[in-house]
Amino acid sequence: MKLHELAHARSGDKGSTADISVIAYRPAHYPHLRALLTPDRIRAHFPDLPPGPIHRYEIPSLHALKFVLHDALDGGVTRSLRLDAHGKSLAACLLEMDVPAPPTTDAKD
Amino acid sequence: MSRTWSRTWSRTWSRTPTPEKPARRIRIGCGAGFADDRVDPAVELAKHGRLDYLVFECLAERTVALAQLDRLRDPDTGYNEWLEERMEAVLEPCARQGTRIITNMGAANPTAAARVVAEVARRLGLDGLRIATVTGDDVLHLVKGTHLPLLDGPGRAASTVSDLHKTVVSANAYLGATPIIEALAQGADVVVTGRVADPSLFLAPLMHEFGWPPTDWPLLARGTAVGHLLECAGQLTGGYYADPGTKDVPDLARLGFPLAEVAEDGSFTVTKVPGSGGRLTPATVTEQLLYEVHDPAAYLTPDVTADFSHAHLTHLAEDRVAVTGITGRERPITLKASVGYRDGFLAHGEISYAGPGAVARAREAARIVQQRLTRAEFPVTEARYDLIGVDAVHRGTGIAPATAVEPAEVRRRVAARTETLLQARRLGREVASLWLNGPYGGAGVTRETRENIAITSVLLPRELVMPATGVQLSTAGATP
Repeated sequence: MKLHELAHARSGDKGSTADISVIAYRPAHYPHLRALLTPDRIRAHFPDLPPGPIHRYEIPSLHALKFVLHDALDGGVTRSLRLDAHGKSLAACLLEMDVPAPPTTDAKD
Repeated sequence: MSRTWSRTWSRTWSRTPTPEKPARRIRIGCGAGFADDRVDPAVELAKHGRLDYLVFECLAERTVALAQLDRLRDPDTGYNEWLEERMEAVLEPCARQGTRIITNMGAANPTAAARVVAEVARRLGLDGLRIATVTGDDVLHLVKGTHLPLLDGPGRAASTVSDLHKTVVSANAYLGATPIIEALAQGADVVVTGRVADPSLFLAPLMHEFGWPPTDWPLLARGTAVGHLLECAGQLTGGYYADPGTKDVPDLARLGFPLAEVAEDGSFTVTKVPGSGGRLTPATVTEQLLYEVHDPAAYLTPDVTADFSHAHLTHLAEDRVAVTGITGRERPITLKASVGYRDGFLAHGEISYAGPGAVARAREAARIVQQRLTRAEFPVTEARYDLIGVDAVHRGTGIAPATAVEPAEVRRRVAARTETLLQARRLGREVASLWLNGPYGGAGVTRETRENIAITSVLLPRELVMPATGVQLSTAGATP
């Protein structure tokens, strides 16, 4: 299945750094996403990223993960030659990721 | 100073209402989330939001630098181009209901912007409206030529401000809530600022109304969360969120802007005007609360280090979400300043191809331009070749190119950085020449060249910036 079926996402920018929030639709799926979406997995999904670090932050109370992709925007909105200088489409591109189905759960959320 | 608070109290939202002292709530709305935002939702909020404050956030990172260049050309400009239209639309309902306005539409020239607001007030017969300006964010004199390190390198041999030499055109520090609170304490009905941290525009009226001490970090963090959630306006109510079939949002065409109802203890609810378009749910609030926040436990502003990492959302009713669990720590010891500098020239050229072999023809077009530029020894500092419809904004491995269906049409885009305007125009000419000198069926050429103003950031010791901050009051109709 696609990540798009389990989570929604929003990308933002600060300077040349992109950030992507990934939010589980169902809180019960948060541990599955947390186990799956490591910084290495993000880098593998975006092979054109420069070697800058990728940081992950966890926000369990919002069943959300935050990825900060340093230097991902080629100078950012005030310098980049990219059509999407903000990296607005990054979140949608991340949601294309093929992921295994989450383990079945009895959670009622 | 709140003239409408008694109407805003409702036992529904107050956990332990005491009959003697109803929970006082301040209502703050956001009338704009960026420089070119829509005006209608601000009018809707001004008329039907029962607001104590209406805030317009209109200043992106580069906006002040561009406004500064405008001001250098004409000293009466350098503020937001929609200021007059926005004020004409909301001043009367705001004045009538006692809603005070706070905005960073002053950009590089809050003083000229305040004159415009005064003039609109005079035309509308709103005599005696008190208009304050907040200045002091311009720190060019403190920054230019120094060895302050650049936080976001410009991708060439520049690591300090002095490396940018004479290309620096502006430097503006992000001010905090304090100067706005001063303006409100002096009775301002409209506060016009330049560069102020976005959430501070919303935190300031809360600190003013509730008397929150400037070192009560948890309270300041909650007010900062209010500001952070509201500052992008429609992004909280379903804009930048809607995904038809997956995340449906009703009536996006009439998307309403959000407002917050804030209690003295900093707990708050976000909502929108009933009947407006859009949708506000825990999902939209989560997306916006985390938007452009890096470490959710350390969201840095001039006022506080806010911690959103234990935020809790409660869906109270349709389009009503309560936010709790926000904490905070001491503010950073430095202030961030954006430094604008001349960064060469940018050129973009585009041409479309349709029908059989469209992708192959567009790829051929790129090769042609590339070869002609090389043969001309054209000094292009940096160039990109994108295929719109295939790989222009798409990134990542989610769709394997081999399996992608051949599109019915594609658009070849060439973008480059050059040292002079003439070189940039020549690049546009190379793309345009594909009409007659490239693959068949080349269609719809567009091209654009401009000087680029880029932004980098530095950190300044806070005490260097604060003394420059000033507040002046002017009165509409006072001019004889």
